[in-house]
Formats: sequence, C-alpha cells, structure tokens
Amino acid sequence: MTFKHWTLDRDAEGIAWATLDEADASANTLGLAVMAELAGILDQLSQRPPSGLVIRSGKAAGFIAGANIEEFTRIDSAEAARALVQRGWTLFERLAAVDYPTLALIRGHCMGGGLELALACRYRITVDEPGTRLALPEVMLGIYPAWGGMLRLPQLIGPAAALDLMLTGKGVDAGKARRLGLADDCVPPRVMDNAARIMLLSGRAPRRLPLLQRLLNGPLRSIVAGKARKQVEAKARPEHYPAPYAILDVWANYAGNALAVPASSTSSLESILRSPTAKNLIRVFFLQERLKGFGKGADFKPRRVHVIGAGVMGGDIATECALRGMIVTLQDQSVERIAPAIARAAKRFERKFRGKPRDAHFALDRLIPDPAGHGVAQADVIIEAIFENLDAKRALFTDIERRARPDALLASNTSSLRIADIASVLADPGRLVGIHFFNPVAVMPLVEVVRTPGTVDQAAARAAAFVRRLDKLPLPVQDAPGFLVNAVLGPYMYEALRCVDQGIAPETIDAALTAFGMPMGPIELVDTVGLDIAVAAGKALAGTEAELPRALADRVAAGQLGKKTGQGFYAWPDGKVNKPAAGAVPAGLAERIVAPLLVASQACVDRSVVADADLADAGVIFGTGFAPFTGGPLIFVRGRQAAG
Amino acid sequence: MTMRGPIYIIDGARTPFLKARNAPGPFAASDLATAAGSALLSHQRFAPEQLDEVILGCASPSPDEVNIGRVVALRMGCGLKVPGWTVMRNCASGMQALDSAMANIHSGRSQLVLAGGVDALSRAPLLYSDAMVRWFAGWMGARSLGQKLAMVRKFRPGYLAPVIGIMKGLTDPVVGLLMGQTAENLAWKYGISREDMDAFAVESHRRVAAAQDAGHFADELVPLIERDGTVHAADDGLRRDASMAGMAKLKPFFDKKYGRVTPANSSQITDGATWLVLASAAAVERFGLEPIGRIVDSQWAGLEPEQMGLGPVHATTPILQRHGLGLGDLDLIEINEAFAAQVIACLRAWQDADYCRSRLGLDGALGSVDPARLNVDGGAVALGHPVGASGARIVLHLLKALRRTGGKRGIATICIGGGQGGAMLVEAL
Repeated sequence: MTFKHWTLDRDAEGIAWATLDEADASANTLGLAVMAELAGILDQLSQRPPSGLVIRSGKAAGFIAGANIEEFTRIDSAEAARALVQRGWTLFERLAAVDYPTLALIRGHCMGGGLELALACRYRITVDEPGTRLALPEVMLGIYPAWGGMLRLPQLIGPAAALDLMLTGKGVDAGKARRLGLADDCVPPRVMDNAARIMLLSGRAPRRLPLLQRLLNGPLRSIVAGKARKQVEAKARPEHYPAPYAILDVWANYAGNALAVPASSTSSLESILRSPTAKNLIRVFFLQERLKGFGKGADFKPRRVHVIGAGVMGGDIATECALRGMIVTLQDQSVERIAPAIARAAKRFERKFRGKPRDAHFALDRLIPDPAGHGVAQADVIIEAIFENLDAKRALFTDIERRARPDALLASNTSSLRIADIASVLADPGRLVGIHFFNPVAVMPLVEVVRTPGTVDQAAARAAAFVRRLDKLPLPVQDAPGFLVNAVLGPYMYEALRCVDQGIAPETIDAALTAFGMPMGPIELVDTVGLDIAVAAGKALAGTEAELPRALADRVAAGQLGKKTGQGFYAWPDGKVNKPAAGAVPAGLAERIVAPLLVASQACVDRSVVADADLADAGVIFGTGFAPFTGGPLIFVRGRQAAG
Repeated sequence: MTMRGPIYIIDGARTPFLKARNAPGPFAASDLATAAGSALLSHQRFAPEQLDEVILGCASPSPDEVNIGRVVALRMGCGLKVPGWTVMRNCASGMQALDSAMANIHSGRSQLVLAGGVDALSRAPLLYSDAMVRWFAGWMGARSLGQKLAMVRKFRPGYLAPVIGIMKGLTDPVVGLLMGQTAENLAWKYGISREDMDAFAVESHRRVAAAQDAGHFADELVPLIERDGTVHAADDGLRRDASMAGMAKLKPFFDKKYGRVTPANSSQITDGATWLVLASAAAVERFGLEPIGRIVDSQWAGLEPEQMGLGPVHATTPILQRHGLGLGDLDLIEINEAFAAQVIACLRAWQDADYCRSRLGLDGALGSVDPARLNVDGGAVALGHPVGASGARIVLHLLKALRRTGGKRGIATICIGGGQGGAMLVEAL
C-alpha cells in the first residue's frame, strides 16, 4: 500500500519510520485523509510488527499543526460532531495499544490533535529549536482536546500542569516539555534521529507519575477540579466560555473521554462543538488567518528600521523590531530621552529571553540610540512616533524624504492626524502609510495599516508584511478619523463617561462591561490610556466643539490624567488600580454603553474604512479586546437581531 | 619605501572612556566595541555586510570573548560572511589593528575595513595562583575518600591569595618591572622632577576640560546607555579641580616612598573602545565615500623594555626621515600619555644630541616639539588609557584636531609595554 501523505520506511534494525508530509499543504494537519492513512499504516505494521515505530514530520514548518479546523466548520449535526471525535479517539486508542514501542519525534509546532497523537505514543522526543512548541490550544477555539488529550496529558505530567495547559491553551517549548515530563528527552537536531532510535529500542518503561500525582489524578480528582474551577471562574464566565468548564468536567467525571458524556450534558461534545462560542471563536481564528494573509502581498524582509520618537510608543515599537531580529536606530532629541526606552527594552528582552541571557544581550545590541538620526539613510523602514502635531510631522517627513533611500518605506504611527495631510508635503505622497500600533505594543496583536487614496499598493503591502515580521496582525484601513479601532472605542468610552456624569459609579460601569465580556472596563481603559489622550482622541473624532463629559474635563483640569499620574477615575498606587467594590448594575447598562460601539462599527463598514464586515469584527476584537466569544460587534448585532 | 595606494580614513567613533572604579565596570569589552561600532556603521554609505573584514586590537579580552574581533563583528550585525579577528600588541593593539588593515588593503586582500581597539580594564580578572591551580588539579584527581582527605591536609590558605590580572598585565615579563617603574627609569635618566610631571598632568586635565567645553570630542563620541537607563555621554576620568596642590598629595605608587611617578601623573585605568573605517581608493569610489584623511605611513620600533616609554622616539624618527620632515613640519603631534614622565622623556630624548646620535643614527639632536602642538586636547592622564583603544583613539583624534585647526599633517605615536613604539603619519583631507 502506498500513501499520499505519509511515507513508511523500515531500516536495518527493523524500525518503521512513518513520515508525515501532507500533500498540497505547507503544514501538516490531521484531516480525514491523513488519519485514514495513519490507520492504514497501523494495519500494515500489524501484519509484520516492526521493532518500533517513529512518527515524524517531513515538513520544514513543524510536526503537526493540529486538527483540520476547516472540518469543524462543517459540523452540521450532533452525529457529525460525534463522528469527528470518535475518529481521533479510536485511532489514538489503537496507536496507544500497539505491542511495539512507539515514539513521536517532535520538531517545530505540535499542536492540538498533533500533540494528542504524540501523547498516544510510548515516548516523545523534542528537538531543541526555537520553533518547537507543544500545546493543546483547543480551548481558545471554544472546544476541547477530545482525541485523548484530556485522558493522557494528566496521566503523563500530572493534573495541575495538564489542566494549566488545557485550560489556558498556552504552549511550552522543547526544554519546558522535557522538564514537565511531556517529553522523555530534548535533543539538538544533529542527534535527533539517533536519539529516537536509541530511545525506541531502550526497552525503557513509559514514564509513570509519582504517587502523589497519581492520587491527584485518581481519588483526589474532585478536589483538584474544584480548585481549578475557581481559577477559571476568575477569568471566564461559563455562559461566555463553556469549554474550560467542560474540560474540568470531562476530566474529573468521565476519565477524560468526551464520548462518555451524555449528549444532554453541557459538557457533551455535542454541546461544546456546536456551541455559539465555538462557532464564533473558530470564525475569529479564520479572521486571524485572513489578517495574517495581508502580510503575504509583498516579499519584504526589512533588516534595518529607523524609529523617530523614543516615547512609550516609539520606544516600544523599536523594541519589538529589535526583538524580532531587525537592527533598529532609535532617534530622539537627546540620548537622555532615548535612555528610558533602552531600559524598558532591556527588561522586555530579559523576560522574553529568560534563561537565554545571550539572546537578550544581542537583542539589545540591535537597538542603537541615534540622537543625530543617522539611521534614516540606511533604513528599510522609517517610522515616526513623535507628538501629534501636523507641522512637526510634516517638517520631519520633508527631511526624511530627502535623506532616506528611495525604496525605504515611510510610515507614521499617528492616531489622530490624517495620513494624507502629512503626506501632502512629500515629493512622492504615495510613499507614506500609517502603521498604527496600540499601547502596550508588546501585548496588543493588531496593527492598523492606513492608506490614503494616493498610497501606492506596494507601500501598503510592504507595511503589512513588516507588521507580520513583528508577529502582529495587519488590518488595512482607510485614512478616516480614528481609523477603525479608535473610531469605535471613542463613542463607547464617551458613553461610559456620560454615565459617570449621570452619577453611576465608575466601578459599577466597569463591572457591567466586564460581565458583558470586555477584557477591561471602559473607565479603567480611559485611566490606562490617559485622560488627556482620551480628550485629544475625542476632539479628533468629534471636532473641537464637541462637549466633553464633565467627569473627564474636571479631572483633566485637576491634572488627574490616569495611571500615569497615579490618579484618574481610580487611584493607581504603584501603577496598580485601586478599585472599590461595584454596586448593583442597573439593567441595560452594558447594552447602553456598547451600543455606540456597535453603531460606529457598522458606520466604519458603511464608509469603507475597512473593506468588509468581517474585517470590522476582526479589527474590533484584536484591537479592543471586544468579547471574542461574540464573534465581533457586527456578528453580535446580527445575532441579536435574529434573536429578537 | 615602495609606492602603494592611499589608505583613506572615512570616519571614526569611540565610546566615552570610563574610569575603572575598583569594581567591574558596566560594560564588557565586547559591549563597548559593539555599541561604538554599531552606531558608527549605522551612518555609513555602505552596509555593515559590505565590509571586507573587522580587525580589533585588544590586550585583555575576557575568556568568553577571546577572538573579540569576530564576536563584535557578529554582534554589530556585519553578518556571517565578514571575517573578524583580533590583534594584540599591548598598548598599541588598536594602532596595530589599523596597521593590519593597511597591510591588507595594500596587498589587495581588503578594500573596506573596520579597525580599532578596545579594553575593559575594570574587568581584568582576578586569577588563581599556580599553587591553587595545582591543588585543584589534585583535588579533581582524588577519587577515594582517603585521597580527598590527603588533599584537604595539603591545602594552605595562602593558595587563595588572588593574582591580580591587571598587575600581571602591567608588569614586564622579561625585566620584571612594573610599567610605572620603567617611567621612573626615564625620570631618573633625564632628571624629570615630580613637579615637571605634575605640571604636565594638570595641563592634560586643563586641555581635556577645555576640549569638552568646546565640544571637540562630540563628533567622535558615541554615548552609552546601561540596561537601567544610566547614560554615559562623556569621558568621566577628567578632574576639573586638578591642581599642583592636589597632585602633590599623592604618594609614589610604583617605587613606593622614594619614586616620583604617582597615579595622578600616570594614565588612568579605564574602559573604552575606538573604531575607524579605512578604505582603499577603489572602495571610496565604489561606495561614494568622503574620506576625512589618510594614513600616509606607519612604523614600529623596538628598544629596551626598561625604557619602553621612549618607544615613540624610535618609531616616529624613521617616518620623519623617510618623508624628509622635521618635528617642526608636523602641524600636530599626539604622544599617548602613558605617564607624564614618559612623554617628557620623549621630548628630552629628541633634544639630546648624544641619544639622537647613538640610538637614532642622527647627526645631532632632532629638535624640540612645540608644546602648543602636542596633545592639543589633552591625553590619557586625564582621559584614561583603555590599553587596546588608545592607539586608535590618538589617530582618530589627531585627524579630527587637524581638520579643526586647519592643519595638514600630524603624527600619532604610542609607547608599548615590552619595549616598543608605534607611530602613524596622518594627513587631513
């Protein structure tokens, strides 16, 4: 039997090497065909058992990216959901039961179903490279690892570590996998094949948990599950995010087997796989892939970046560029103004490269203070992040255009000025794009790529490619006030502030919106971005005559600008918010405050600020944190209309 | 001398020189060289990948950066293909890097070279004594408990006394003299008084202060930023309060009690890095470079290790002879200030007809140096002497000073522990 996606070789020692190289795909996924062929491989091996089986990837990209998520979108019935789970559960049960030793050789990403496959092997070896990453991220799609992950991961690494991985969806690198016991060894690529061979034939017993861990995974399960449930409750509401609760239930009460859960249960695979949350989160996943795709429009690999303005935004943009391997010159009026950005970068690099001080050191080498602005002449990308003043930006870009390479990408990080107004002073206005980052740069995934009617396509495409190099999501937007994200956030925050004017306590407002599913309440958000910034953004959106909410105006007049001054709507001792307990939330409060955001989102689509409604949903979710389980503001509106 | 293509100096930069303060300084040698070099390379008309090689002089790289030239080339982003190497000629290591770059450009091997010098003397290691190392070896070899107990009995607390790396480095291994003691030799030979030395040192501080105030170092300095955001923008060894009275308070350090050389009239122990970009005529044309000067000639010379401070006399004189120049034909001259006594001794040797006849093969005294043209912006007594960096710094600064003062021609020269001297004839363009 020959395979389309797999190759099966037997070496002189009788070891079978099964190599997955999914046809017509850049990464391996566990679709129907790939899994059917794996079953075929097991059939073939059962006729003449090998001395052992190694499962590895033939892709440079990684081991296995997970299940084929397209298949989830086609689940249209309870039967289809059950069939999908059954397929993986049965296959991996079969793999786990073979008589000969099995080993997964994991190089690169090993996600979801890919890790469940690896868990069904007797041994796992991780290859010590930066790209190696193991995770069960199902929960982020609103589903759960039903192909044996909920059964085998707690057995292998103990319930605490396993639940942590399954409930957060976060990944571990090759070394961490070894330390957790998820991998039996972690080796450099040069010895990986030999290590796999030696491990496979070692006769070594599969890893067994220490007694305490076995107790926690056995008779004491309910205690562990209760504790974990409390932690989950602090982060996600069951009505918004049912999957983490279901994971705990399936692990604690059904031995990790989703097939054993009665269909009527809220934890059943029928409920979970067909829940609106899963549907919306899977849609968000594909929206994210779509945003990533905008970076593929240009083959642009910038090596040198020049950033002007070493304030919080400019300094952090420069830091992210250096982190991703670019050589960055950071300009400001004096070296003293640059120094705080370097200190912040040093901290960021130390955290990012924990345990790898050399890498942290070399990242810092790539961040070059440049008070004289020499770097302009060599840069592939030049980003302006100075204060919001049109004349200053125009003067700066006039000078930059004179000194920059003709093929350099010119960009402004402005949030309140029109790109076209800045570009008008350039000899070639089509060169300038907006690359609008959000604060904090290190955390926020979205970056708006702003074009004017005159912007040349190549500049916008290169800007998006550059954003991808920072591992962020580029959203193409038109040069309209507030672009997308601030245009929808502004009316939302102002409505919240009007509620304060009407006597509703800030903490009550925030409680209403976090209950709605926002990651942070609007008043805390105003405190975080700064009250002065909120005023400026409001004026840019609504015009200078627009009346400010009194609560905002009074505090700005008193110099209470939020977190940065230690006092805004809340007190911020040591940079941490001090929030009183919320009062009873008036009915309809969250809906009232969210309503302007929903209207503004639709308006952005109507005015073609973004190309379509999907992109508005994507931008608002990734740019504001708007409750992802809703699928985004426009889907949310449509769902509400349908409901009622 | 055969006629060879010109060696152009395109640009140069250095870190502030940071005085060692009895503890490891904030930057390793490779950090200093990387910071200065990255900034310098960021404003060239060529990309770092287009360099033909990187040559770095360093007298004491730390054990994890032994070929510091290559380490720094990679850290500056020159890419995998640009070779990097390290040269060592003690105090002239930086000048040696320039000379090695010249040689490779002359031979046609290279067209565009980043060359310079660095040292972080504050990070000079404390070493285990040989006795301690032998004891360690025995301990590692001891297998049984009995053997280990025997080793414990052999241990002597004296083994723990560290060998101070920098004292080793500043001691001549052939004649066993500290560098400061060789300066005492010269002071004795030429009758240089404590007051002569102290006055020279005070003047060095005065000149550095004046140059700082006038911004004469600004265009060669790359400010450094520590991880915590602390900025080092200027040379920090300068004592603006330097005075004869203050100098008089210090005790002789090298010949205790009876000597004349003190820490204050010697160069400071300092961390720093200097780089120059050198190019052939072909590279100048290819990249459209704008040279600021050229290195016309260079010379190395050897002499008695115990009189190493006269090295500049022996290295400079043959260059002057080759080009038919006298001391008065130099618009400026930089003699590295390892010791005030040693610079004064050089000036006296050139005025000494006997010495010039017997040691330099001249007919009589070569002449005198106009103090107004010597170390116009001060020297290592006030700025410090990060050993490997100094030879490159004086070449760079000489050129900058020539351009500023409208001068044309100058010599930068340096004495070298072990009994050598190095010199370079530079022309401003």
